[in-house]
Amino acid sequence: MNNSVIAITGIGLTAPGSNNLADFRQQLLDGKSGVQNIDIRHMGTVPAGVCDFDELKYQKKKILRRGTRAGSISIYCAREAIADANIDFENIDRSRVGVYLGITEHGNVETENEIHNISQYDNDVRYWTHHHNPRTVANNPAGEVTLNMNITGPHYTIGAACAAGNAGLIQAVQMLQLNEVDLALAGGISESIGTFGIFAAFKSQGALAMNEDPTLASRPLDKNRNGIVVSEGGCIYTLERLEAAEARGAKIYGTISGYAINSDATDFVLANPSQQAKCIELALKKADLQASDIDIVNTHSTATPLGDIQECKALRMAFADCPTTYFNNTKGFIGHCMGAAGALELAGNLPAFEDGLVHPCKNLDDVDPDCALPNLVASEEIKRPIVKTILNNSFGMLGINSVVIVKRFDPIN
Amino acid sequence: MTAEETKQAIIDIISDIAPDEDLESLKGEIALRDQIDLDSMDFLDIVMELRKRYNVEVPEADYMELNTLDGCVSYLEGKL
Repeated sequence: MNNSVIAITGIGLTAPGSNNLADFRQQLLDGKSGVQNIDIRHMGTVPAGVCDFDELKYQKKKILRRGTRAGSISIYCAREAIADANIDFENIDRSRVGVYLGITEHGNVETENEIHNISQYDNDVRYWTHHHNPRTVANNPAGEVTLNMNITGPHYTIGAACAAGNAGLIQAVQMLQLNEVDLALAGGISESIGTFGIFAAFKSQGALAMNEDPTLASRPLDKNRNGIVVSEGGCIYTLERLEAAEARGAKIYGTISGYAINSDATDFVLANPSQQAKCIELALKKADLQASDIDIVNTHSTATPLGDIQECKALRMAFADCPTTYFNNTKGFIGHCMGAAGALELAGNLPAFEDGLVHPCKNLDDVDPDCALPNLVASEEIKRPIVKTILNNSFGMLGINSVVIVKRFDPIN
Repeated sequence: MTAEETKQAIIDIISDIAPDEDLESLKGEIALRDQIDLDSMDFLDIVMELRKRYNVEVPEADYMELNTLDGCVSYLEGKL
């Protein structure tokens, strides 16, 4: 069997504003924001992206209470992906299923909650919950999926800051190519709106978005952007070797034809455009494509003043003279879904293989001249004759860069 | 706290810990674990809630006394 080509056969997601791919795509085409104001402990009111999926669809109340929000998001997305892939899950060998979930961070929410809890009891650690360790071990979200779905194959999370969604996918591709598993549940998830620390740190850094209207707060690439809207979310894919997927007659969203992860090795926070461009070039090389072969580039830009400019520098390096390559961004709609961002933003673009539409950005009213990429799809969707390739950027702190390239699947017969 | 109130206090704790269960027909003298889905982590939750709500400390040696609803009620009564 040819192990090298890996297909996307199912997608389960929850984003601020949508709980499945069809609704999410429509949200992006309709220009609807999923950002709202919420109250965060110690922070007060801040804009954030909140998901509203049915937590009890796949979990009992007791386990919901015992587990984490990240686990709950993961379970919802994983079960939705399996349903979407039309896999007879009861009758497959679940020791050959792997769960690989990208996370920006995990455990901050639960730790902050416990510190708050014992502060109500004079900081007496006898009141610290015995659930703390199973909730905060780094594999928690993926482990909760295996418990819920009785999966006995490997599971772990991939910590990769905001490059994590792509990193989860890449891990799954590699494990399928190595024949370690037959089916992978992979992508990224985030429960980050539950931790005040992330909001507070972005604020201290001068990188937290503020706006009187929360739906206008997340404005990547716009001249008036002022920081990140932190969001929760999840997007998990079913990935299979193409031959196996075709053999069972699976719907195939596309094949992952190229990917790369590299590091800047220059700064804790500030991105390095040269290394981002290098990462794109590595992914193109693996896919055996030229930059000009890419139809859609989904940018990572998070709406920080400097970060967006750095990415645009990288894109100008990597995509010089590419007249049919179009650029968009998803964070204006849903904020920054952190560990889920890469996987969610890719998913929002995949329907372009069917409808040929490049969804626009949101809140990009006045393009920053430093971010004025050629073919930037600012406010109106663009219809292309055909979309064959999508390249998804996801970058994170400590200088981690990740790129995934998905090709439209065209059966030879 | 009357005996009935003490019983209700225990039921309230179990209800929070096992919210999917119907506790109406819970029998006082039969082990809780034989009637509803409760594991060791849930049991530790009962111990924690007794501590939080009633400032009652349950040493490990006494854990078996909390095996049944009646056991929980009499244990709490003895400590209040």
